[in-house]
Amino acid sequence: MATRARGGAREPLAPQQAARPHERLTREQLLALYYWMRLTRTLEERLVALYRQTKVVGGLFRSLGQEADAVGSCFALERRDVMSPLIRNLGAMLVKGATPVEVLKQYMAKGDSPTRGRELNIHFGDVGDPETTRGFLGQISPLGDMVPVMAGVTLSFKMRGEDRVGLVYVGDGATSTGAFHEGINLAAVQRCPLVVVVENNGYAYSTPTTKQTLARQFVDKAIGYGVPGIQADGNDVLAVYDATKEAVDRARRGEGVTLVELMTYRRKGHAEHDNQSYVPDGEIERWAAENDPLDRYVARLTGEFGFAADEIAAVDARVRAEVDAATDEAEASGFPEPLDALVGIYADPPAERPLWFREGIAGPVTTSERATDGWGVYKAEQKVETKVAGGND
Amino acid sequence: MAVATQPERLTTAGTGQEITYLEAIREALLEEMARDRDVFLIGEDIGAYGGAFKVTDGLLARFGEQRVIDSPISEIGIVGAAAGAAHMGMRPVVEMQFIDFIANAYDMLTNYVATARYRAFLPCPMVVRGPSGGYVRGGPFHSQNPEAGFVHTPGLKVVYPATAEDAKGLMKAAIRDDDCVLFFEHKYLYRRIKGVMPAGDHVVPIGKARIAREGTDVTIITYAATVWKALEAAERLAAEDGLSVEVIDLRTLAPLDDETIVASVKKTNRALVVHEDTRTGGLAGEICARINESCFEWLDAPVLRVTAHDVPLPYAPALEDFVLPQTADIVLAARRLAAY
Repeated sequence: MATRARGGAREPLAPQQAARPHERLTREQLLALYYWMRLTRTLEERLVALYRQTKVVGGLFRSLGQEADAVGSCFALERRDVMSPLIRNLGAMLVKGATPVEVLKQYMAKGDSPTRGRELNIHFGDVGDPETTRGFLGQISPLGDMVPVMAGVTLSFKMRGEDRVGLVYVGDGATSTGAFHEGINLAAVQRCPLVVVVENNGYAYSTPTTKQTLARQFVDKAIGYGVPGIQADGNDVLAVYDATKEAVDRARRGEGVTLVELMTYRRKGHAEHDNQSYVPDGEIERWAAENDPLDRYVARLTGEFGFAADEIAAVDARVRAEVDAATDEAEASGFPEPLDALVGIYADPPAERPLWFREGIAGPVTTSERATDGWGVYKAEQKVETKVAGGND
Repeated sequence: MAVATQPERLTTAGTGQEITYLEAIREALLEEMARDRDVFLIGEDIGAYGGAFKVTDGLLARFGEQRVIDSPISEIGIVGAAAGAAHMGMRPVVEMQFIDFIANAYDMLTNYVATARYRAFLPCPMVVRGPSGGYVRGGPFHSQNPEAGFVHTPGLKVVYPATAEDAKGLMKAAIRDDDCVLFFEHKYLYRRIKGVMPAGDHVVPIGKARIAREGTDVTIITYAATVWKALEAAERLAAEDGLSVEVIDLRTLAPLDDETIVASVKKTNRALVVHEDTRTGGLAGEICARINESCFEWLDAPVLRVTAHDVPLPYAPALEDFVLPQTADIVLAARRLAAY
């Protein structure tokens, strides 16, 4: 009898067979799925390198081994749809239009990061008018919270009769939160066009799923909310796409919430500092050797889909060049001005004043660089400069 | 024959008719929902039942179930959903059936809503409102004043009117504000306080206190139900002690109207802060600190405070009346200030 709790994801008990939307994907789209997965992995590897050079401050979170789950699911959305990622959904963010340079600037605390240095890692978004925004809503750290928020986002779609769908990711751990429960229940009963993707990667930090819930699989929770549940092999990017597309189409038809469970595995720790000492011996190595989502997809691309090896290699080279260029661009950016910390807590007043013991350091920060429509969605191409009037810095 | 369930008239503004504090809140909701299609309501029992206190009575019939949503018991869910809808340009008003239950949504309000504009440039133009306060024998979970936990959170605004006119005007302001406003309604005042609504579009600015009574000898700074106790105390002090007491009704708790507070303290030189919230960590400590920082030299006495005792609020009338501040307490404190 094992004395240590067994971790790891289990095989899907009821993988979907019926729907195969991936058969309608073009050749370019099939290769694009690989591109996004490769870009995710390469960008994260670059972030690790920068982290070791202490150019990345704060934590670093890898999604190694989960690229198919993030990329395949988000690929089922349209631009006008809104997706809310978690920390291991870099792949989904890239598919939705986040750029490597934005990600790098965020991690490196640059003043012109999408959040102006106010939030770290990939906690950023771009949501609003579907014509001008890319449609992803950055998370906050408390897990489960994005589910009620996305219930509200999709409720607004329903109230306005808009043909838009929402998709929110949660991990196995987040399904234990009250926020998850209340959010999915509210979305379900209000028939919001919301897809809830549970990424079952086997662990919540050090907690295996066996300590998270007695439910046999997370898809079993769907019945409690009165919604359909779909389960798929999260490391098979086309199976992920198929399952999510079915759920997205259902939402778009007005049939409400679907819970999608994607079975995958977290090959790195919760964050870079986590040495995964709690993982049973050999488990990580086994998943790396036998069930890598990129290896599996390359085998299908070059096998059943007839792509040439040099087409794959060309994608790899393109990805490396993009990540190199993005790194150079991000490294060239400066850090935020300290007084920028006081700007924009409210619409009115536009800024806080420095406290009495900081007076005399510099004058008021102007916010004149903001567009006249005021504070709203960060525009990736907008250059931000904070001017300090007077001051002795 | 169908019984009309809609209010016959949208508003009493300018008619001279006196309405209650509760009706004033309802009137504000009616006017704003009629004016702006993006305003909608969500909460428990607010639609078919009209709300536990009937604040939203008649609104479902007038605006339909898409704009007056009966929610599950999910304070986390409805506050979060309001934020999401607000990001997309809607203006939700969320009801906490009793403001005590706002505690369930503390994470969503302080971690998500309050920070959204700052960290993500995402506005949350939403209102969270609910019946607050005691003196009603409601016990520990139906009588709270939880404002302190939110006043200290950057990114939220908090208002707490004492009059019917301010209840209407501040609700309209709260709905129109581009940030999240917590709107505390005192349940003891719901049907006891009445007022005549000003004509036209009556909006009270957030962040501006009201001089409820002018005076020269002592300043009382307070809000919500204790405004009325302070006014009672001021009458007694004028009659019995010849003392001229100025009563400031803060109306907005965050942001505080420092200007009005300072001007009054500089005038009277003696300040008393009164609130129904508990002593430790209550807003009185914050106000005392601000007075200390900005007009210490004008003080002829320490700043005193009259607050609830630091106990969970008990139910039995004898117990509740002991724990909560009463008019006699305010009179005693003002006399002590005057004699210092």
